Amino acid sequence: MAQPTPVPGKRLLTPFNVVTGCILFVGLALTAMRFIGGLGAVTNLDDNNPWGVWIGFDLLCGVALAAGGYVTSAACYIFGLKRFHSAVRPAILTAFLGYALVVFALHYDVGRPWRLPYPIFVSQGTTSLLFEVGLCVFLYLTVLFIEYSPAALEWLGWRRARNIVVRLTLVLTIFGVVLSTLHQSSLGALFLIAPSKLHPLWYSGYLPIYFFVSSLFAGMSMVIFEGTLAHRYLHGQMDEAHLDESDGVVLAFGKAAAFVMAGYFFIKIIGVAVDDNWAHLATGWGAWFLVELLGFVALPAFAYTLGVRERNRSLIRWTAVWTVIGVMVNRLNVSLVAFNYHLPPAQRYFPSWMEIATSIFIVTLGIVAYRLITSRMPILYEHPDFRHEH
Amino acid sequence: MGITRRRFLTWVGAAAGSQVVVAGRSQAAGNRQFPGFAESFGVLHDVTRCIGCRRCEAACQQVNGLPEPERPFDDLSLLQQQRRTDAGTYTVVNRFEAAQGPVFVKTQCNHCLEPACASACFVKAFQKVPSGAVSYNVDVCVGCRYCMIACPFNIPTYEYDNPFSPSVQKCTLCQPRIEKGLLPGCVLACPKEALTFGQRGQLLQTARNRIAQHPGRYVHHIYGEHEMGGTSWLYISAAPFREIGMREDLGTMAAGQLTAGPLGAVPIVVGLWPVLLTGIWAIGKRKDKIAAGERRQAVAEAEKNARQAAEAKLAGLREQLGKEKEIAVKLAVKNALEEAARAAQAEALPGNGEPESKEEK
Repeated sequence: MAQPTPVPGKRLLTPFNVVTGCILFVGLALTAMRFIGGLGAVTNLDDNNPWGVWIGFDLLCGVALAAGGYVTSAACYIFGLKRFHSAVRPAILTAFLGYALVVFALHYDVGRPWRLPYPIFVSQGTTSLLFEVGLCVFLYLTVLFIEYSPAALEWLGWRRARNIVVRLTLVLTIFGVVLSTLHQSSLGALFLIAPSKLHPLWYSGYLPIYFFVSSLFAGMSMVIFEGTLAHRYLHGQMDEAHLDESDGVVLAFGKAAAFVMAGYFFIKIIGVAVDDNWAHLATGWGAWFLVELLGFVALPAFAYTLGVRERNRSLIRWTAVWTVIGVMVNRLNVSLVAFNYHLPPAQRYFPSWMEIATSIFIVTLGIVAYRLITSRMPILYEHPDFRHEH
Repeated sequence: MGITRRRFLTWVGAAAGSQVVVAGRSQAAGNRQFPGFAESFGVLHDVTRCIGCRRCEAACQQVNGLPEPERPFDDLSLLQQQRRTDAGTYTVVNRFEAAQGPVFVKTQCNHCLEPACASACFVKAFQKVPSGAVSYNVDVCVGCRYCMIACPFNIPTYEYDNPFSPSVQKCTLCQPRIEKGLLPGCVLACPKEALTFGQRGQLLQTARNRIAQHPGRYVHHIYGEHEMGGTSWLYISAAPFREIGMREDLGTMAAGQLTAGPLGAVPIVVGLWPVLLTGIWAIGKRKDKIAAGERRQAVAEAEKNARQAAEAKLAGLREQLGKEKEIAVKLAVKNALEEAARAAQAEALPGNGEPESKEEK
């Protein structure tokens, strides 16, 4: 993997480049270990704990946090909120990179990565929710690539191809929402098959709905969070429209997230009531469940509300980070923390440093790719040749 | 794009056909019941007869060509620790302390009637075969390990240290031996007849008979008759099953039924979301259009009103101007008359003013 190409006249040995370089170096070494020595050489996975952080973080969190793509493009093109237009391209690019990295990360986790196309092209296990996930992610990655391509085509100056793709925007957006609804929810539904392993407070027939609804505010929060980062570090590349609209995006997405989170909070309570899990709330697991539900859903929802009412943009931005962490806590709870809760502590899974380092390596690849693309293609600004052609 | 009637019918036919194929594979997703393979074989494990000699483990290793363990099978000290199956071990015997004394329980794949692993596998690597086994096809396995997540009995194991051809490993019910008319290795090796091989229906009968003949000896439950939809391995025991490491909270629902709901929702989402979303988009468009029309109308109205007001004002001004003119004329006439009157008066007084008035006429 290449170092981020320095902009002419800039120093090569910036702190960002040094840290990135170290992470990439370690990542490459671990990659070699994984593919020469097998999964056992770098992971703490075992027969009781077949899924670790590479599924819990790279796949589940990665897909949830890449939801900004479908949420933003739906808001702009389907719900007609044109003032979010400048947020669409960064969100689509992040989603595309996010999904590409999810698929990339899967190559580390599955035993025979060269067979990843098998479920679609060789032997279709249609009774499996993982089949649904695989098919949707494959199709959605394709859709995201096409949705992203106008930026690349503008950069290349291929006007005709670009105009054809732009005309497909609405259809692609609808496709994207359908596919996202399906695979965001079926990631939760994956765990429906193991009622005896997932703690009752997290196991619910509503798991698919929980995953879908939480992906909505995960996506919105990520758009706010990424926008904030881009503002801070890539300010120079933004044009006036992006700078002018960004405050509006922060306020509007903060407001929408607060609403959706309130709904999510109530359906989580309804889930506890439907399965009559009240008694579990008084246990240690219940305390952790309440930390997740009150500390990472109810409170940030309230903070968003406050931020929108006071028009306090920095409160909204901090709440976005808080919410993103909350969604990660939820996904890790379902896949790792509350999963196999019945096993004695000695048989529980804890990731090895190498698994965590590999995940950091993959996230870093995403950041490097984002910087490479935004520094070249019209993502944070409108291409001067194509202005007002939407 | 032209869609002919024929092409449309072809599509409908293809869609309906795919539905049939899907329904044939996932019995749980419809309201059709899968009665199971009636003639399928299984094994009854009478836990009260097991003495923990581990000969079943040794036989299993031998018939399946599994690697030699670090400690020999006659080393019974291994029973001191709880073990589970792993990539080189398809079956293990564990020792539990129950009220009646030590109890030995053999663990292996239970070969569910509707297996969670088969339901979970996204490449159909697992299949329930009619003779009773849940078979595994290594040639399509991707190594996602979702089967291991799904299995309620924690049975499938994985070759984590194999970099190039790792596979899932589990008991095969000695399917190749069964199909040759031979007994599974473990059953053949058991010196105490703790394991009985036969058709599942007959095994259930045998189990019921034993429980009936020794009512004080057995717990009144055949483990595996209904657990997770039923299994081909059945257990009877003197100790409550939860005390000998077997979960009693698995329920009777086959794994496939747990995921049937969300799978069934897929066609609904695919069918309805585009309608809903296009509708939302169209309503938004329509609203914009109406708003734009109303705006245009309001502007036109305002323009018209302004013009009318201006005209009215103009008319008023004209009228006023006319009135002023009239007044001026009247005044002039009045002045003239007065002048005339004054002239007439002056004429009446001779020598004064007469020529003046004449001049005026």
